[in-house]
Amino acid sequence: MVCVEDMPCEVIFSRASFAECREHVERHCPRYCHVDPGFRLFDSYLIGVPPIAIGVDGDAVLFPYTKPCHGTFLLRIEDAGEAARLASRCRDRKTG
Amino acid sequence: MSPELREAALLLLGCPEVPVQQALALHLLGRLRADGYAVTCAGNPAVLQLLRVSDPGRHYIGPAIEIERCIGELAEGKRAPALCVAFAHSDAGLTFAATARHLLPEARFVLLVFGREAEALAEEATFPCEKIVEKAVHNPTRLKRRIDEVFAWSA
Repeated sequence: MVCVEDMPCEVIFSRASFAECREHVERHCPRYCHVDPGFRLFDSYLIGVPPIAIGVDGDAVLFPYTKPCHGTFLLRIEDAGEAARLASRCRDRKTG
Repeated sequence: MSPELREAALLLLGCPEVPVQQALALHLLGRLRADGYAVTCAGNPAVLQLLRVSDPGRHYIGPAIEIERCIGELAEGKRAPALCVAFAHSDAGLTFAATARHLLPEARFVLLVFGREAEALAEEATFPCEKIVEKAVHNPTRLKRRIDEVFAWSA
């Protein structure tokens, strides 16, 4: 099992609120989907207030990652396999 | 002789930076155990160590589990407590509580919202739960009283 914290990633937001991360994904990712808490991504179970927004931008996946003492991070990880797995769930980004 | 432990309960602990959490966690552990619950604590390594150090005789704390692993076990259905008490004094704490609530739709779910921003934070908790809200930071007395009322320990 690969821990998210051991994977190379870009931190888009750090110590943010969960709502800020969701809004960023919905507004800025070309495609995104909503999943429930406990959804498995990168061998981890997602933590979040439903609905959890996950973004797909090319081969990159953007998702919230919450730590009890550090708040929520919005992470971007390049992984063509996970991006492809999410593709059928995704819709185009919000505009306006 | 210890009472027979009947049902499983889960204490979902947040970051330990707000002092009342520690006292209230030990209070709940003692009271719930006396009521017959088998209580598991979930939290980050620091909060679990604080509890272990506070209870050298292991009179209160029982099983303890790292919080992300606990969420995984809830998602996999390996753990299904009848009662969950979640502590939240931050957006992150509320996020973990919302996750546990979603994964435990049948459980009795009590949310303790505390800290300086308790009232604003409590408004963000829109999931079904019994909510106890107090601005407590250092003094646990009022929050303890509210907890005792909710669990009918006041008498």
